[in-house]
Amino acid sequence: MDLNLTPGEVAFRDEFRAWLEANVPKDWAEWREKPLEESFPYLRAWQRKLQEGGWAAVSWPKEYGGRGATLMQQAIFWEEMARLEAPPMANALGLGLIGPTIIAYGTDAQKKRFIPKILSAQEIWCQGFSEPNAGSDLAALQTEARRDNGYYVVNGQKVWTSYGWVGDWCELVVRTDPTVPKHKGLTVLLVDMKSPGVEVRPLRQMTGESEFNEIFFRDVRVAVENVLGKVNDGWNVAVSTLMHERGAYGARLIPIFKRNINRLIELSRKIQRHGQPAAQDPVLRQKLAQCYAEVEIMRLNQLRAFSRITATGAPGPEGSIQKLFWSELNQRLQQLAQEMLGPYGQLLASDPRAVDQGLWSYGYLRSRGNTIEAGTSEIQRNIIGHFVLGLPRSY
Amino acid sequence: MQFGLNESQEFLRDSARKFFAAECPIAEVRRLMETDTAFDADLWSKLSEQGYTGIIFPEEFGGVGLGIVELVLLMEEAGRALLPGPFFSTVVFAGSLLDSLATKEQRRKYLAPICRGEARSTVAFCEPQGSWDLADVHLTATNGKLNGEKLFVPDAAVADWILVAARNGVFLVDSKAPGIGIERMHGMDLTRRLYSVQFEGTPAEKLGEIAGLARPRAIATVALAAEMVGGMQRTLDITVEYAKTRKQFGKPIGMFQAVQHQCADMYLETESARSAVYYAAWALQHNAPDAAAAVSIAKLYLSDASRSVGNRGIQVHGGMGFTWESDLHLYYRRAKASETALGDATFHRERLARLTIDARAVSAEKA
Repeated sequence: MDLNLTPGEVAFRDEFRAWLEANVPKDWAEWREKPLEESFPYLRAWQRKLQEGGWAAVSWPKEYGGRGATLMQQAIFWEEMARLEAPPMANALGLGLIGPTIIAYGTDAQKKRFIPKILSAQEIWCQGFSEPNAGSDLAALQTEARRDNGYYVVNGQKVWTSYGWVGDWCELVVRTDPTVPKHKGLTVLLVDMKSPGVEVRPLRQMTGESEFNEIFFRDVRVAVENVLGKVNDGWNVAVSTLMHERGAYGARLIPIFKRNINRLIELSRKIQRHGQPAAQDPVLRQKLAQCYAEVEIMRLNQLRAFSRITATGAPGPEGSIQKLFWSELNQRLQQLAQEMLGPYGQLLASDPRAVDQGLWSYGYLRSRGNTIEAGTSEIQRNIIGHFVLGLPRSY
Repeated sequence: MQFGLNESQEFLRDSARKFFAAECPIAEVRRLMETDTAFDADLWSKLSEQGYTGIIFPEEFGGVGLGIVELVLLMEEAGRALLPGPFFSTVVFAGSLLDSLATKEQRRKYLAPICRGEARSTVAFCEPQGSWDLADVHLTATNGKLNGEKLFVPDAAVADWILVAARNGVFLVDSKAPGIGIERMHGMDLTRRLYSVQFEGTPAEKLGEIAGLARPRAIATVALAAEMVGGMQRTLDITVEYAKTRKQFGKPIGMFQAVQHQCADMYLETESARSAVYYAAWALQHNAPDAAAAVSIAKLYLSDASRSVGNRGIQVHGGMGFTWESDLHLYYRRAKASETALGDATFHRERLARLTIDARAVSAEKA
């Protein structure tokens, strides 16, 4: 056990920190509150800049334009991004989830065709997994693809698609064989979102925004060379994407959670409660300390998981532990912010009296989705029960 | 950065696990908890043969010279086995206190016999108000003599020396000294006995200043938390095994999600607890700037999580979990005793608040 950064990790951090200090756009603060539709070209340009510096996909192997960064270096990467308040990258799903899946399962031609444009944000990717009748039970999905000579003809509907409105390409899971057990008849297709028959509709969520979309496919023709992995092996390909989703994502959240709890502590010194600063209120002190401790434990769990993955060589079900922990912790953190802010907690960004431009009212509503998106807490507990503890499957 | 165990740490953990499985099976725990003191001289000499009684102490006093990370690995295994008797009070708390506070001569006289397994000791801290706050220590030595009362002193009846926290220093008292009265307190944990200790003009030898308590107390806190992790892990293992074999409605109960999810939460809490403890041990060993916070984070999390795991484990066992025959209540009792020892969750949240909320306010004012 050695929790100091290695010389290699220090060098990585220092190099990236220096690069960020020279390159982080100074005007991000003016853009960050604008709707994503407006700021998207800005975020594309920022990603291109990172790519030119060789920083867009540090986790990818060098031959694909990455740096072959270790898990710990990836954690350092996100910590530095958060520390300097760098804008996010436009092609988040392409870089984080879909690119790595194409690198793992794609043909040489597919890698050559897609990988460079994922890196440069020339082509934005979205993920067509969930359906109205296939949420937690993802393998029950019904969007079908019939073979027609050199093409698959796709019909069906996807839902909860992030970046659907701006997506150029979609990693789409379809049913290619309805006659076999549900996990065995699935295939992953790489679909051009400009194909005839693709219709994207906004899905308005409880925060009032439309982060997600519904996508309808009507007789959409996809060339067979756009099958990712083997036909009818789509479940394994999709699970690989989901593992990326649950695994490394936690590391990106840690600096954000740290910033939020530190901000709450700062606020507690200014806000008055029972005639004294909230920081002196015995009950709120207890809750702040508890939350501070849990954010730290989230960080420690992540570091331990990284060491375990590095030792065993493969991400396992520990991603479920992280997902479960951070999603429920964020709900507790946001509720604590509400308790501290009292009636001001409810004020939206549009109200001039809102604290921190409505950050906390938004955070409270948005966090309600955390225990549902990317695998519900119930599903994560099922995964821990079955795959970690060896309990019999419940379904 | 590497948060895994190295080979020698894994070896220590594995050999400790084997040792406790062979020498301290649960039947032995149950036998000892029916005795007067829950202490067994044979088991004690075996612990010392392994070098466990000197694990973190310098070789010049007969110790093994390992670090705090190694200590917590050993304590985790001791907790898994529910090791009865004065190991925690003697080696972890009193031993660390002597090691960091006493003069070389005193260490030769008092620490070396502990390392050799020849002597036992304990620390007397709490007073009648039951507080673990240094500010609530009122006992004061006058002219080298103690008068007053200490409560919740673990294993005092089998200790050769009692180390006493007083207002004007930490003192060592011979347990057979004149004017000393040791009486059993009847606590929930049957495997670790608590006592009240009365002093009436009892002669006491000063070891050092009260401020010197901070580090040994931090070591004891993280080691106790490690022992709690071991108990949680054992409770989880027993419960998962039961959920796989116990059948209702024609199926193993572990097939039902209501039961699975209890087990998943037990796992989450146990792993999170382990992360907190390992980090605190490493931070203490390396004098990291956040070591004090890390210790409180570990103890506040463990104090709540070990109780929670015990509750879930018993719940999954149903009626069986409520019987005397089930081992779960033995761990549940230990968890409750350890929850309050060295400060409960509320105590450590307040301590963490002082370190984070207040300390930063101070530095912000300065800046």
